Amino acid sequence: RTHFLSLSLQAKMSRPVQARRLEGTDKNIWVEFVKLAATYSKVNLGQGFPDFPPPDFLKESFVRALSGENYMLHQYTRAFGHPPLVKILAQFFGKLLGRDLDPMTNVMVTVGAYQALFCCFQALVDKGDEVIIIEPFFDCYEPMVKMAGGTPVFVPLRLKAPKDGKLMSSADWQLDPAELASKFSERTKAIVLNSPNNPLGKVFSREELELIADLCVKHDVLCISDEVYEWLVYDGKEHIRIASLRGMWDRTVTIGSAGKTFSATGWKVGWTVGPNRLLQHLRTVHQNSVYHCATIAQEAVAQGFQRELELYGKPDSYFVQLPKELQQKRDWLVQSLDAVGMKPIIPEGTYFLVADISKFKSDVPDVPDSDEPYDSRFAKWMVKNKGLAAIPLSAFYSGAHKNSYNHFIRFCFAKEEATLKAANDILQKWEREKTSP
Amino acid sequence: TMALRHKNTRRIEGLDSNVWVEFTKVAADPSIVNLGQGLPDISPPSYVKEELAKAAAVDRLNQYTRGFGHPSLVKALSQVYERVCGRKIDPLTDILVTVGAYGSLFSTIQALIEEGDEVIIIEPFYDCYEPMVKMAGAKPVFIPLRYKNDGNTASSADWVLDPAELANKFNSKTKAIILNTPHNPIGKVFTREELQVIADLCIKHDTLCISDEVYEWLVYKGNKHVKIATLPGMWERTITIGSAGKTYSVTGWKLGWSIGPQNLIKHLQVVHQNTLYTCPTPLQEALSQAFWIDYKRMDDPDCYFYSLSRELESKRDRMAQLLQEAGLKPVIPDGGYFMIVDVSTLNVDLSDVDEKQPYDYKFVKWMIRSKKLSAIPLSAFCGPETKRQFEKYIRFCFIKKDSTLDAAEGILKNWNKQTA
Repeated sequence: RTHFLSLSLQAKMSRPVQARRLEGTDKNIWVEFVKLAATYSKVNLGQGFPDFPPPDFLKESFVRALSGENYMLHQYTRAFGHPPLVKILAQFFGKLLGRDLDPMTNVMVTVGAYQALFCCFQALVDKGDEVIIIEPFFDCYEPMVKMAGGTPVFVPLRLKAPKDGKLMSSADWQLDPAELASKFSERTKAIVLNSPNNPLGKVFSREELELIADLCVKHDVLCISDEVYEWLVYDGKEHIRIASLRGMWDRTVTIGSAGKTFSATGWKVGWTVGPNRLLQHLRTVHQNSVYHCATIAQEAVAQGFQRELELYGKPDSYFVQLPKELQQKRDWLVQSLDAVGMKPIIPEGTYFLVADISKFKSDVPDVPDSDEPYDSRFAKWMVKNKGLAAIPLSAFYSGAHKNSYNHFIRFCFAKEEATLKAANDILQKWEREKTSP
Repeated sequence: TMALRHKNTRRIEGLDSNVWVEFTKVAADPSIVNLGQGLPDISPPSYVKEELAKAAAVDRLNQYTRGFGHPSLVKALSQVYERVCGRKIDPLTDILVTVGAYGSLFSTIQALIEEGDEVIIIEPFYDCYEPMVKMAGAKPVFIPLRYKNDGNTASSADWVLDPAELANKFNSKTKAIILNTPHNPIGKVFTREELQVIADLCIKHDTLCISDEVYEWLVYKGNKHVKIATLPGMWERTITIGSAGKTYSVTGWKLGWSIGPQNLIKHLQVVHQNTLYTCPTPLQEALSQAFWIDYKRMDDPDCYFYSLSRELESKRDRMAQLLQEAGLKPVIPDGGYFMIVDVSTLNVDLSDVDEKQPYDYKFVKWMIRSKKLSAIPLSAFCGPETKRQFEKYIRFCFIKKDSTLDAAEGILKNWNKQTA
């Protein structure tokens, strides 16, 4: 039958069925590494989620919402965000930003921070626009920019050698101001900022943020600020919101996550905060892509924030308790790694920690001409042979730069004490086996 | 320059307005009997709510699950739909779980439709099809359902496609046709013969079919829901979309799914991993448990898939009666939970209303204000050419509890009396 087809139909059938916007976006590190962890790992410090539960008050809010008299919580709520949630977010973030926020126009709820990022790129990045991405970066930024037809422009955080005898800190990873400035062109539409930074745990200082802000204002560039780990800062460091810097409110969309804030990543509730002039376009994307977010989780998160507003700054606040607990876990993991010779980079924030595995390279010989970065092969070997799952740092670099720092792996320490002890046991045993003849 | 720079992207140009944003605001007043937006005010079945409570109590179910769909949910979906379709469905490669059927429509269109493509949309249509096709850079090509009957009682079956007119809409640029059966807003349940006409054209022109079947269980006596993907030659070119919200009366759970061949679903999965990555876990777990409960009783009339349909059929009949007693001629739907009615026979003069909106928009706004009853104007569901044709119709939603329908009855009985 095919020889009776018209030329135009033959041409159609020989074209790929999928849209061109998917080009270069199909590979995804998580699909592979999550599968490996599920198959082989005894201790999973790979994908970023807590293995401890959300706080009791949050779980109680959820149960109250779903079993209450108001069964209408099982139906659609307001598309741009459940009214109780946007109201409390406007109040809470208004306080933090020192600004009066309108819940209806300055806040939009999304399906996780992930969908907030998607809305930003789709709403604001057109074909031909450049978007600056700081490496290493949460891996979805690059494919999202590409899917929006934009061109990612990368600028690295560079590791400055720490003082003799000291362990590395995420603060040692810095932007070169001249290099950063050189990345801004007339085609630059936006810069993506992630502070606290995944994977390094870097918490950008006021000076560093002012450097970025000055360039944004000078070049009239937007800032997409991914602040999902905003509460996870250690050693008394302060998380500074770039939207609060001079000239930045009007050009910044700030993104947050209930998953990270309340240790409930499976709820997929996120939000954007920003000027109506930008949020109106996010709303257009949202109403033409998912339209509504699930109601009950929004109701529960609203109650969670209500409690936190009342306890703000007090010792019982979850936003005080959680970083305290995580700092302890961070320190345990730092000790475990340091004890066996994996060199940890002490994170100032987030629940991730990156470590230099050079001392263990003899276990995984180099394969010259391999397409796969060394750390990726190392991480795969480690989960299969030692049962310990982690993510290679190269996963957080663009294709061209995957070998910039290819002897580091990322661990997630938002884990129960028992999990971290089990990780310690694996590391200890591994080191003993290495050094014995 | 600041104003220019912060302009929206081309892809969303002109897509900012939306009938729901307009009308849900207006109808939010609790004193208004809301038969507008399609959401149930009846309770979901109790076991569905219980399963969610059980799921939320399990610690790990509050964290991320598999991106393309929670394992127990895709397994349950594959079982249910294998039975319905009579073919093997691989839970990992042939299914994607999305944020509502809305999310499935978006993922499908973003994955498979692009600039230069044409997409056939049957009017009236669920309003998001047009902006989603436009956002993908493609051209919507409309074809209306046309009313064909001289009888007294109108039925959704009287609204048909003209086969020759439909054939003319297909050309070498036609990438896909969007089918919605049972149909929103008319309630039409496409027959096997009607689907065969569409299928033949899809095969002839190598066109994809995006089949929105969210109301698949809501078909009334004498009708059968036929899945176009089960027709010969169609599985490999069809994405079939379903909805937990409509299946279990939980629109606020926002879970839907796309089912189709691996070589198409894999592209939807790529879109999904680059848009929201994963759907909420406890909701997916609860939904999977609910599906197991009903899967086990698919031979039993008590299965919710059938019991909901029976419950809605009597509401449908009641709604039709109320409208008829008010002197109106509703189109009796064979499926779904909407009913459309021609209101021009009421002769409400709105010529003094200033706005340049179609008659049905003005009518609904007037009805909300003066009768405290809301509906949705049908021209919201039409392309630019057919707005005139449909502007005398409005859509009522009847998945409402008895007290809501009682209140509607009160308003319709007193229609001709003057309001204060």
